[in-house]
Amino acid sequence: MFAAATLGIMVCMGLALGRALLGPTVYDRILAVNSFGAKTVLMIAVMGFLSGRPDFLDIALIYALINFISTIAVLKFIRYGDMGWPRGSDHIPPERRQ
Amino acid sequence: MSELLISACSGLLLAGGIVIMLIGSLGLLRMPDFYTRLHPAGMTDTLGAGLVLLGLMLQAGPTLVTVKLLLILLLLWFTSPVASHALARAALADPENPKPLLQPDLTDKETPPSSS
Repeated sequence: MFAAATLGIMVCMGLALGRALLGPTVYDRILAVNSFGAKTVLMIAVMGFLSGRPDFLDIALIYALINFISTIAVLKFIRYGDMGWPRGSDHIPPERRQ
Repeated sequence: MSELLISACSGLLLAGGIVIMLIGSLGLLRMPDFYTRLHPAGMTDTLGAGLVLLGLMLQAGPTLVTVKLLLILLLLWFTSPVASHALARAALADPENPKPLLQPDLTDKETPPSSS
């Protein structure tokens, strides 16, 4: 049962990876990678049960956290071209100074 | 008998979750435009993950494992819509944003024939 579930989740991950490779815009790719990460969390949980050691759930929890944070961070990087400065600050990146 | 019932329920929940996640992934691959792709990816993750983790919770019984599964479930339920919203806002704020292929209804404009 768990093996079949793992296989199904892996098919889902393959489809998401296809969108990440095809995606015309960068937002399609970020969306696909975010979806891929959510499916990875589920696959880690199911594989923990498959191998009879549900201790992997801690890893799944941390993976879900990192997935969310990295999505927001990549979005911010694409929006501002900079990780360190929020919107509304007076900072102008060096390459954009006139 | 009870164990068989729990196992059957958990298998059904797992199968339902996997089917919903497959539908969502297929939508992510096949939808014509970024904003429509956002919909299957953002929506089906909540129900699919909920069903799969509920099936695992039935297998685990009342232990610490169930608490951890519940934590993962809550985390996914909160972060998946927030990430989708952030993606949609970022795409809309982009000056060269992906143009919506589908036009809103209830306007006078004719919808252009869509070809993907």
